[in-house]
Amino acid sequence: MEMLSVKNLSISFGGLRAVDSFNITIQKGELYGLIGPNGAGKTTVFNLLTGVYKPDSGIIILDGENISGKSPIEINKAGIARTFQNIRLFKNLTVLDNVKTGLHNQYKYTTLAGILRLPSYYRTEKLMTEKAYDILKVFDLDKEAATLSANLPYGKQRKLEIARALATNPKLLLLDEPAAGMNPAETEELMKTITLIREKFGVTILLIEHDMKLVAGICEKIFVLNFGMELANGLPQDVLNNPEVIKAYLGE
Amino acid sequence: MKKNIMKVNLSKDAKYNLITIAAIIVVYAMCQIMIAAGMMSYLMKGLLVPFCYYSILAVSLNLTVGILGELSLGQAGFMCIGAFASAFFSKCTINLIPNTFIRFTLAIFVGALAAAIFGMFIGVAVLRLRGDYLAIVTLAFGEIIKNVLNTIFVGYDSKGFHFSLKDAASLKLQGDGTLIINGPQGITSTPQDTNFTVSTLLLIATFIIVANLINSRSGRAIMAIRDNRIAAEAMGIDVTKFRILAFTITAALAGVAGVLYAHNISSLNATPKNFGYNMSIMILVFVVLGGIGNIRGSIIASVILTLLPEYLRFLQDYRMLIYAIVLIIMMILNWNPTCIAWRKKYSLGSIFRKKTQGEV
Repeated sequence: MEMLSVKNLSISFGGLRAVDSFNITIQKGELYGLIGPNGAGKTTVFNLLTGVYKPDSGIIILDGENISGKSPIEINKAGIARTFQNIRLFKNLTVLDNVKTGLHNQYKYTTLAGILRLPSYYRTEKLMTEKAYDILKVFDLDKEAATLSANLPYGKQRKLEIARALATNPKLLLLDEPAAGMNPAETEELMKTITLIREKFGVTILLIEHDMKLVAGICEKIFVLNFGMELANGLPQDVLNNPEVIKAYLGE
Repeated sequence: MKKNIMKVNLSKDAKYNLITIAAIIVVYAMCQIMIAAGMMSYLMKGLLVPFCYYSILAVSLNLTVGILGELSLGQAGFMCIGAFASAFFSKCTINLIPNTFIRFTLAIFVGALAAAIFGMFIGVAVLRLRGDYLAIVTLAFGEIIKNVLNTIFVGYDSKGFHFSLKDAASLKLQGDGTLIINGPQGITSTPQDTNFTVSTLLLIATFIIVANLINSRSGRAIMAIRDNRIAAEAMGIDVTKFRILAFTITAALAGVAGVLYAHNISSLNATPKNFGYNMSIMILVFVVLGGIGNIRGSIIASVILTLLPEYLRFLQDYRMLIYAIVLIIMMILNWNPTCIAWRKKYSLGSIFRKKTQGEV
């Protein structure tokens, strides 16, 4: 069963072909790694998949639904959630409110009900709080629920970003360098968390990462991007031993 | 454990809001007692309603500046629309609806609705603008509203409404006609329906609307847009919708302040003094001094800064100079860490908490 199928996805910025005929097929429940040297176009691929950039050409099909050219909001509703390379939390909101913001489209009541504090407000808010705590518990953040997210230590901010993305109930989760800036112990813990959320939420994951230990450790398949083009694609042991890949990373 | 945290979370906001509302009511009661005892000067009596409408303006502007995080300098423009729409309505219906209560209630809704429509219009117009550009557009909007209203002539007679942009004579009113909006002279002899009680009630209503909005799904969405627009979109939050919503509510509440203003004075005209950009800047000063995003602070700052120039009157020519210096000192002290710690120690909430703890 295909979760994501991308065909001939391309985008140019001026004369630079940032992503050139990108093709990928991700099966339901798979954990896919997207790697490549700096400037290879990895984050651009994420921005194309989430609608931040409109592709020049190509089709993106998510779980049978064509989402190419749609807005980030529509794409999130269709089932793609993401985290960011440079953390983008809602800094002045508490940890709990950050996750509740992720639940925005799952639990609804009108603005008027919120202002007038109608029963639907109390009912829905209670459900939202419970659901948010459930998610926070998975990430071991429930004790910090009332903390401002800006005051969390770095590793926990990364985790909270994943928690918030999961709150939108995605089919496909895109993680942009989740281990960036983490020490080996934190990376180790993150690997466990990623494995755990896969089991618990049954979500398909595509992640960008530079930490080869993490990529080789948890990814089932790896896609290598270089200068916006496919360099290798397949099982980790094949890809990581591919001479072309080693050349791209280490030079000749 | 889980239930416990939830309870504390909910009651903390609720308590904060209740304390603020209680404080407003206590101040209101004290003022009424002073009036009854004849202890209040004529000057102070005249300031009671302005306290309320300035506070409403500051609280509502805080929704745009503090919660949505956009700089708007058009607050006086929205107030102006609310004032003229409601005064126009009251003038037209003064013989139709003799009951003051019903007429004034309707006037409040008319003022709020008219301002809300313009707020929505501005919200749509500035969709792609942020920061300084947005501030300039809202500033221009306020000035345009004020200047356009100075050129409008509207009259009413047995044949219906007459409208002109030239002068009163070109309306060609019948003998039984009345002139409602007389260009730069504005609207005269509006029924003076505003009083301190209604103003206080509307201030409390404004406070509740903004406070409840902040602590709701829509409020979280608005704050998420403020903190990180790109992330908010990635979470599926409709940025356009919630931006327009915040603008509209801000404008509607500013319109209500305009209604209070229009029905508190005998002749309403749009001059640079009351609806100019100075007014918008003054409201922004209230918001900044009270703390961006802090709605209780907006009310306190509005009252203090409305009172201050009156008490500085004895300085005559140096009044505005000293006012500016006091403003600077207040700005510095207000966000001084020692000052914040002191405020926390002696705040109403903490005194209340200590007392209850002592009793238990």
